[in-house]
Amino acid sequence: MIGLSQFLIISAALFSLGIMAVLTRKNAVNVLMGVELILNSANINLVAFSRFSAGNLHGQMYAIFVIVIAAAEAAVALAIVLSMYRLLKTVNLDKADTLKG
Amino acid sequence: MDMNLLTQIVFYFFAILTVGSAVVVVFSKNLIHSAFALLFTFFGVSALYVFLGADFLAATQMVIYVGGILVLLIFGVMLTHKISEMNLKSETYQFWPGLVLVTVVFLSLVVVMLKTTWHTPAAPAGLNPTTATIGELFMKEYILPFEIASVFLLIALIGAAMIVRRRSA
Repeated sequence: MIGLSQFLIISAALFSLGIMAVLTRKNAVNVLMGVELILNSANINLVAFSRFSAGNLHGQMYAIFVIVIAAAEAAVALAIVLSMYRLLKTVNLDKADTLKG
Repeated sequence: MDMNLLTQIVFYFFAILTVGSAVVVVFSKNLIHSAFALLFTFFGVSALYVFLGADFLAATQMVIYVGGILVLLIFGVMLTHKISEMNLKSETYQFWPGLVLVTVVFLSLVVVMLKTTWHTPAAPAGLNPTTATIGELFMKEYILPFEIASVFLLIALIGAAMIVRRRSA
């Protein structure tokens, strides 16, 4: 039967892939995609423990707030990426080193 | 066919869809391919919520992630590249050290998760609709976080509009 461990393994895989995108990608939009993967993996864990361990809906409530934060984060981060593109004509994160001495 | 077996087949189909398209998101060289693979990842996560009995959350996932965040990300890809250049390549930085580190992180997470004896009291309850209960929780126990979240979304909206606004000279 489908138990807690299957969901935990899927969530661990999504988390690792998100970390991979954040660490190795140079494109800012691609890094944002990695952050979305990480938030989704956290949400799977919250809902899975809400069902298998707690038995109530508080984990799902927390997951809804995580989705709210993710939406706000995506909007603000893309605004920053767009103004970075307007300023530097690139979204390569290695090129955004104006503050480097 | 046995119902239990059918459930497992559908579950593993969506699990492989979720993780497989997440792999495409991370390792694809083409940004547009990554964005569209992310669509299938969000869809698969939504299906996993259905398996966990979270019907409201599955619908929310579809509406907000697929309808909102993904469209926003594709806007971001389109607006930060010239239409004429068709190769929307995304370079990688320190690929192999990152891959090794991430593999270690994944394996240690899986080992810890499987070795821990989680507190799982009884067999989980049947699949009941959750929307009414979630609405009640929002209006009773979670009224303060709910209001803070609404103000927070307003601030994020105004802030995002302020940041991308073209400064008039």
